[in-house]
Amino acid sequence: MNNAILMSSGADDIDFMIHGVFSYELFGQTLWITTSHVCILIVVLLIAALGIAANRTMKHAKEIPEGFQNVLEILVEKLDGVVYGTMGKVAAPKFVNYISTIFIFIFMSNISGLFGLRPPTADYGTTLALGLITFFLIHITQFKNLPLSQIWKDMCSPLPPWLPIWFPINLISEIAVPISLSLRLFANVLSGTVMMALVYGLLSKIALVWPAALHVYFDLFSGAIQTYVFCMLTMTYISQNYETE
Amino acid sequence: MNITGEDLILACSAIGAGLAVIAGIGPGIGQGIAAGHAAAAVGRNPGAKGDVMSTMLLGQAVAETTGLYGLLIAMLLLFVKPLV
Repeated sequence: MNNAILMSSGADDIDFMIHGVFSYELFGQTLWITTSHVCILIVVLLIAALGIAANRTMKHAKEIPEGFQNVLEILVEKLDGVVYGTMGKVAAPKFVNYISTIFIFIFMSNISGLFGLRPPTADYGTTLALGLITFFLIHITQFKNLPLSQIWKDMCSPLPPWLPIWFPINLISEIAVPISLSLRLFANVLSGTVMMALVYGLLSKIALVWPAALHVYFDLFSGAIQTYVFCMLTMTYISQNYETE
Repeated sequence: MNITGEDLILACSAIGAGLAVIAGIGPGIGQGIAAGHAAAAVGRNPGAKGDVMSTMLLGQAVAETTGLYGLLIAMLLLFVKPLV
């Protein structure tokens, strides 16, 4: 923290950094279990509890749904609709489970700021992992579905395949995909976290009820939009490799 | 008043952070244009509101990325202090 600036503004309880909980030694390196790990654990346990409850409910599913079963059916139907609408009938059944999983995980992580946690997606480690999963999925499906000649032609795309001048530039744009995906999610959630920390830190005397509106915008609205965008971009990138079929 | 080298770097980092968030102008204009055209599209064809909205949000989020890069640079300069 830049203590000089913050102390002079009269607030020393602005806190949006990641803290270490405890450290351990592994192969001579000191590694830390941080607050991000703890928050991810809480989110994952919550999702697991939701899954177990959903399983128990759907085992005793009724013809005319009521209560929790309604919620689950709406959730699954909406996610199915979005994935099928974007990826088409061929690719969608293979990826609907994965897309739904990351959708629920990122959404729960983003809105966990509402419950006083530091959102795990405001840690670049989390979002880079998600971006790398997308990157490998794109290229595995590419090598599975397209012949090598087609991939080479795409990589040299504005020029003919025997003149690979454009190849390095296309390579850079491929590598930029996971970086821009992860940085977009990270920076959006981080900016919300920093704004809320500044409001609670600098205006702590008058921050009574109105920060709730800011929470609705930064945590709920922004979080939902960024979740949608991450899943949408993942689906578009993956389904590009199915277009020739 | 003695100004050490570190103080100078901190002060210049603060100025640099302020300059870096000027990057927010571009995405602001771009998102406004996208929203305006989406509003016009919904006005012409109200039935396609859902598709227009999702396309607009996707495009806006992609356009927002450049502004967020500027924000990240500002945060790095202020809180990580790579130059000190």
